[in-house]
Amino acid sequence: MTQSVVVQVGQCGNQIGCCFWDLALREHAAVNQKGIYDEAISSFFRNVDTRVVGDGSSISKGKICSLKARAVLIDMEEGVVNEILQGPLRDVFDSKQLITDISGSGNNWAVGHKVFGSRYQEQIVEKLRKAAEHCDCLQCFFIIHSMGGGTGSGLGTFLLKVLEDEFPEVYRFVTSIYPSSEDDVITSPYNIILAMKELSEHADCVLPIDNQSLFDIISKINLMVNSGKLGSVVKPNSLVTSSAGALKKRQEKPFDAMNNIVANLLLNLTSSARFEGSLNMDLNEISMNLVPFPQLHYLVSSLTPLYTLADVHIPPRRLDQMFSDAFSKDHQLIRADPKHSLYLACALMVRGNVQLSDLRRNIERLKPSLQFVSWNQEGWKTSLCAVPPVGHSHSLLALANNTCVKPTFIELRERFMRLYKKKAHLHHYLRVEGMEESCFTQALSSLSTLIEEYDQLDATKSMPMPDVPRLSIAV
Amino acid sequence: MEPKVINQTLSKAAQSGRWKYGQHSYFCQKQGSGNNWAYGYSVHGPKHEESVMNLVQKEVEKCDSLSGFFIIMSMAGGTGSGLGAFVTQSLQDQYSNSLRMNQIIWPYGTGEVIVQNYNSILTLSHLYRSSDALLVHENDAAHKICAKLMNIKQISFSDINQVLAHQLGSVFQPTYSTEGSFHYRRNPLGDLMESLVPHPEFKMLGVRNIPQMSESSLAYSTFTWTGLLKHLRQMLISNAKMEEGIDWQVQPHFSGHPTLGKMSLNKELHFNTSIANLVILRGKDVHSADLGGFKDPALYTSWLDPVNAFSVWKTQRAFCKYEKSAALVSNSQFLVKPLDMIVGKAWSMFASKAYIHQYTKFGVEEEDFLDSFTLLEQVIASYCNL
Repeated sequence: MTQSVVVQVGQCGNQIGCCFWDLALREHAAVNQKGIYDEAISSFFRNVDTRVVGDGSSISKGKICSLKARAVLIDMEEGVVNEILQGPLRDVFDSKQLITDISGSGNNWAVGHKVFGSRYQEQIVEKLRKAAEHCDCLQCFFIIHSMGGGTGSGLGTFLLKVLEDEFPEVYRFVTSIYPSSEDDVITSPYNIILAMKELSEHADCVLPIDNQSLFDIISKINLMVNSGKLGSVVKPNSLVTSSAGALKKRQEKPFDAMNNIVANLLLNLTSSARFEGSLNMDLNEISMNLVPFPQLHYLVSSLTPLYTLADVHIPPRRLDQMFSDAFSKDHQLIRADPKHSLYLACALMVRGNVQLSDLRRNIERLKPSLQFVSWNQEGWKTSLCAVPPVGHSHSLLALANNTCVKPTFIELRERFMRLYKKKAHLHHYLRVEGMEESCFTQALSSLSTLIEEYDQLDATKSMPMPDVPRLSIAV
Repeated sequence: MEPKVINQTLSKAAQSGRWKYGQHSYFCQKQGSGNNWAYGYSVHGPKHEESVMNLVQKEVEKCDSLSGFFIIMSMAGGTGSGLGAFVTQSLQDQYSNSLRMNQIIWPYGTGEVIVQNYNSILTLSHLYRSSDALLVHENDAAHKICAKLMNIKQISFSDINQVLAHQLGSVFQPTYSTEGSFHYRRNPLGDLMESLVPHPEFKMLGVRNIPQMSESSLAYSTFTWTGLLKHLRQMLISNAKMEEGIDWQVQPHFSGHPTLGKMSLNKELHFNTSIANLVILRGKDVHSADLGGFKDPALYTSWLDPVNAFSVWKTQRAFCKYEKSAALVSNSQFLVKPLDMIVGKAWSMFASKAYIHQYTKFGVEEEDFLDSFTLLEQVIASYCNL
């Protein structure tokens, strides 16, 4: 079994990370009734004997003593990290896993990337090495950050380069939160574009998530709950909505529900690697199957169910509904319309009591309404994990490499250009040492190249399948 | 290269109480091959060659008389396909006098793994060079058998594997060595190869068996050898994957037509020409079974006499719960269409260079792909021209 290390950077990254660890603990508690430290838990947690002075020696088998998360927490402001360390999760984190500063990055990518990057590079490398050493077989780094701010965006992407240099064989999965258009940070377009260049070059896989989409999803759930729609009662144990039984304060903070969704995404993504099933899918398979060309590694994700019905036994018709939902616009975690764009590849990760024939039947049913690129007409990657998420009987995570991200990127580029043409706020960036205008132009051209590549693929959409002549053999 | 399935397999076997795997006869690592043939072949292969071959050596030493190796693997993933191809090659190097038969699982036509076509063509081309025979099982066919014949509503991999295991059992369970004698066949693997693979260009074998039904239906059915063999023969010549939906229109033409006419006529009616066939009969009154239908020269290519092309194995012992059952292992045009499809899809993906960087990262270059395509197009052409 392999291990993964989570690196949470910046305010957003750390808040989501906090939700994630909470959910992970609850999930493992629900599955692992005997309290034995097994391979599944070890993928995200270390078992530590806290009575031993020092680092706390790792115990590899036997009863769970004290679980420590395999995580590195980075923030250039102390507020969020301190809150975590005083909260109910304080025992899960080792104080040596933190890197903090006081002043913050001021929503400035350049400060996060150049100033704090160089200042903390050594410390970062050291903490990562420590975390990696505790792992038997490290497979993947999960980086959680936001794109609009300064630390998450700047230092988070600086981190990618470091990971690539220090741990070239370990996969880098990045969960990036894009701000909604009503975002209060004026310079977020600059931060986003500068960060995207780094993502395109140094990440293996990026899961872009839109705050607006998360917000819309939560609004819909609240609407359903409050209107008392017939037959739909939100399950009290659902990890998605309620915090009953959670280790958090009763009054929910504004972003909590949204962060829960992202945390669920990460749990479902790794479920097949942690638990057994009839068709396992490891994390390296995600990258292998969904990334046909090195730069095109932005995956649109959608998660069902986001809320569940009160029935325990869900007959096959509702099961099919789960598959249909995964492809509807309302369940996408980024504002995009994959159904009307071109699919390059699609992965379906199913959890729970779903059989192979159900999976195949649904693929057959949905295929005609989706457009796949000509050279990958049956581009489906599937996995079945036997263990369902807490509170649900089954769930589905769909990851798609789809050209529908193009409009999103084009919009980001436009927002960038509106500021850049006027050179608005540029001086805040240029006064940082190491920052020049070429950084901006390079970032812009990197994004344009990306958009161009998606464009070319889109152009093949309406064309008939090209008849590539096969090799002919002299008989 | 990944521990979950091996752990499951070992514990399931031990739980049966009747047999189990040797305590140390497994080898696994922590991290799989990521569905990457190149990773399985070029990274895992050399790294673990010594350990794996040591384990093989231990088993070989326990044998009195080793006829060969039976390698079970899939084509779509990374370890089964890539590492499987590598191990077969190592076996060829180290045990060149023993036979190697690979049982390969042909993936579902639509997506289990997106790069399954690449992995498949790389596997097939390498195995063609290092294996003596390829016994192919198609997931799609097994799935249909479960759905139509076994009446299973919610099919799981366990059901599919059950069907495949049944097919293997019906071939490899002991049979008598010669007509009427009471000695069991000593070397089924060798006999099978000898009968079915007369020429190294033609190595692809398919399995069909009859009857195939759920236990509840079994209670209401009776069988005759004539009926079973008639269906089996038609399954062979019409290339049916199972007992249901057989096309009875397809018939061998009558001899006397010029050879050219035979080929085009047969192509129109999708007639399945065979190189060699082996029928295995198990059950009551097995000696009364009439196999004349299989000895018709019209079924076979011109360069092999039916007397050499057709063999039969028999035993009176029934298999599983079937009073009478028959299995057919055939070296024929069974697999031309599936092979052609896989090569076609892989080629179209290759033309757009999609996913190639994932393979070149681990040392499998574009030339290796081209070599594989060339070899397989040659195989397709050879089988088509039978």
